Amino acid sequence: MNRLAIPKTYKLYIGGKFPRSESGRVYEVLSHKGAFLANAAKGSRKDARDAVVAARSALGGWAGATAFNRGQVLYRIAELLEGRRVQFIDEITSCEGVTAAVASAQVDEAIDRWVWYAGWADKYVQVAGNANPVSGPFFNLSVPEPTGVVAIIAPQGGESLIGLVSAIAPALVAGNTVVVVANENAPLSAISLSEVLATSDVPGGVVNIVTGSPAEIAPWLASHADVNALDLVGAGNLDWVELQISAADTLKRVLPPESGADAAAPELSRILAFTELKTVWHTKAIL
Amino acid sequence: MKFLDYAPAPESQALLNLKSDYGLFINGDFTAGRGTPFQTINPATEQQIAMIATANEADVDAAVSAARHAYDGVWSRLSGSDRGKYLFRIARLVQERARELAVAETLDNGKPIKETRDVDIPLVAAWFFYYAGWADKLDHAGAGPNPASLGVAAQVIPWNFPLMMLAWKIAPALAAGNTVVLKPAETTSLTALLFAEILQQADLPAGVVNIITGDGSTGQALVDHPGVNKVAFTGSTAVGRSIARSIAGTEKKLSLELGGKGANIVFDDAPIDQAVEGIVRGIFFNQGHVCCAGSRLLVQESIHDDVIDRLKQRMQTLRLGDPLDKNTDIGAINSAEQLARIRELSDLGQQEGAERWSADCVIPENGFWFAPTIFTNVSTSHRIARDEIFGPVLSVLTFRTPAEAIAKANNTPYGLSAGIWSDKGSRILAVADKLRAGVIWANTFNQFDPSSPFGGYKESGYGREGGRQGLAAYLKPAVRSGSRSIVAAPATTPETKKSASAKKAAK
Repeated sequence: MNRLAIPKTYKLYIGGKFPRSESGRVYEVLSHKGAFLANAAKGSRKDARDAVVAARSALGGWAGATAFNRGQVLYRIAELLEGRRVQFIDEITSCEGVTAAVASAQVDEAIDRWVWYAGWADKYVQVAGNANPVSGPFFNLSVPEPTGVVAIIAPQGGESLIGLVSAIAPALVAGNTVVVVANENAPLSAISLSEVLATSDVPGGVVNIVTGSPAEIAPWLASHADVNALDLVGAGNLDWVELQISAADTLKRVLPPESGADAAAPELSRILAFTELKTVWHTKAIL
Repeated sequence: MKFLDYAPAPESQALLNLKSDYGLFINGDFTAGRGTPFQTINPATEQQIAMIATANEADVDAAVSAARHAYDGVWSRLSGSDRGKYLFRIARLVQERARELAVAETLDNGKPIKETRDVDIPLVAAWFFYYAGWADKLDHAGAGPNPASLGVAAQVIPWNFPLMMLAWKIAPALAAGNTVVLKPAETTSLTALLFAEILQQADLPAGVVNIITGDGSTGQALVDHPGVNKVAFTGSTAVGRSIARSIAGTEKKLSLELGGKGANIVFDDAPIDQAVEGIVRGIFFNQGHVCCAGSRLLVQESIHDDVIDRLKQRMQTLRLGDPLDKNTDIGAINSAEQLARIRELSDLGQQEGAERWSADCVIPENGFWFAPTIFTNVSTSHRIARDEIFGPVLSVLTFRTPAEAIAKANNTPYGLSAGIWSDKGSRILAVADKLRAGVIWANTFNQFDPSSPFGGYKESGYGREGGRQGLAAYLKPAVRSGSRSIVAAPATTPETKKSASAKKAAK
């Protein structure tokens, strides 16, 4: 006799915890064939705001962690993702309707992107910053620092796990904390990734994942005064120009939507997009 | 004249050869604007200096197409070293005509001649020298090999450092291979038009730089023009916001250098006399018309009275008056509008309960003037502690611990500049780490250099000017082809567990 399986309740990931949506709403996640897979939480404005509060409170610790430490934590994510690849292949296969081999290649790429970005944590400052030979008795140094709280609309089509990882990993490298709205139709790997994050020494609140309707949630994040940057990579089908206009009220840094297989491709420029260059002039004594 | 008074020492205006009317500089020539001309006045006397043309939408269109034509036909095809040579020429011409430019700037802007002569104009030349050398080294600018220019850059600049802001904008844009349409501020167009004459002397190809004058509506038309690839703006946060809104959804690249409310933090171990000089330089340099001014003084409670006493003493020696006088420290406020704003916010400071003190100085009869002023007993909620005054007005707050100083310094939507005064190196480094500002001066203030990136955090804008990073605002990476996945790239294929075990099995 076959054992009756225990299905998982898919919830949000906010502040290191797994709450249901405060609104009590869920929406059906269907397989590519239209079969019921799960009831995912349908995040609300309040959930998004709670996530921003969690991201803001986690910022000091994550931005203040040593670069080596951030690199270690990001690498740890890759390790744990590797260990749970079967689960991800399973979810991707059912959500996206691809073969196990294709799903497996997606998980490979996602893991390798974590590793690639993990390696940048203690290097991007050296590549993007420098000493400046100013005319005068000063020691002058420019270094990039994290921008702060980054709100991300994850890619909504294509490969759901790669899309999510490619959007959040570069923001984390520099020490930003993120609030990400997951792929609406294929949210399962996002929710499962939150379980990986929760067990990877990523401090609670550093990554907050909200499932639900990006069209509903994105405007609240774009206009939120405590959000410093907005990555619209997956907002191509939303009214993203309105989101960008709304983000201008507090002069958020904004990345535009991208589409196709190369959306959010791994690049140093994605790390630097959410950094601020700080230049410090130190007076030298005249001996 | 009393004992120890200074005799007047005005710089001569004889070397100026100004025209009575200035047109728009489009496609290498001066042409009449189609809008209504306006007068530019000397803010120290309210006398007219010259009439300036107004560019209407048709003029903006002509300037953008001249820039496009020059980009497609000449500038984008020129080698980096040739672009650099033009910039070197411009730098030298600025040096040759430095005194003339300094006098014209002081006349038009109202800032003291010692500042235009020793700061503004030397930095203009230095900026062109610095970026001239970059033009043929763009592979090392940080955007990867063979970076591409953006096209036509629309640049709108403020009135506080007219020619210097022009140099900050034009030098990196041209070095990176872009062409330019620049609009100076309405009240300070004069030196930009003298600069256009320099471009003619340098024989810069027609249309590479176009200078159009007018008010905010000219700037808006330029920023909104669909033929523009890049917008660079320095000015108020309010205007910066509206530009960010108006370019939303377009391909235009944007950099913004906006307002500030810089904290100048003085710890109890600071060398007080040097700190006082730094406070003066931070807020009274250029009449406080400085976006990165140290307009909030955060002084440790234990030394508050001492610092304020010495500061007041020092402020009594500041000489306010004729900007052309070589001994003048405080010149004229740039415009009647700005003076009204400074007065309004200062009056508000008094109404909200802060204690006002101004240096005792004779205010000239004509022109726009505001005596150097400090407010003590200011609390963080006061308007004068929150709003950018953009004038010679300092708000003094106190703190007890470094943590409180950092919290107060960061308690603003702005994030452009900050200062730290302390003799303890480890404390300076720790505090500098925690301040959310793009430029931090430790035991100094208001230093600028073409090699040093400048720009803000938060609502002080984004993008950097100066340094290697200043080029990034005018470059994009070369187009890449092929898949960008990490796994698929053959040379870097990592050995996954799976393939490792597959290999084992094969053995």
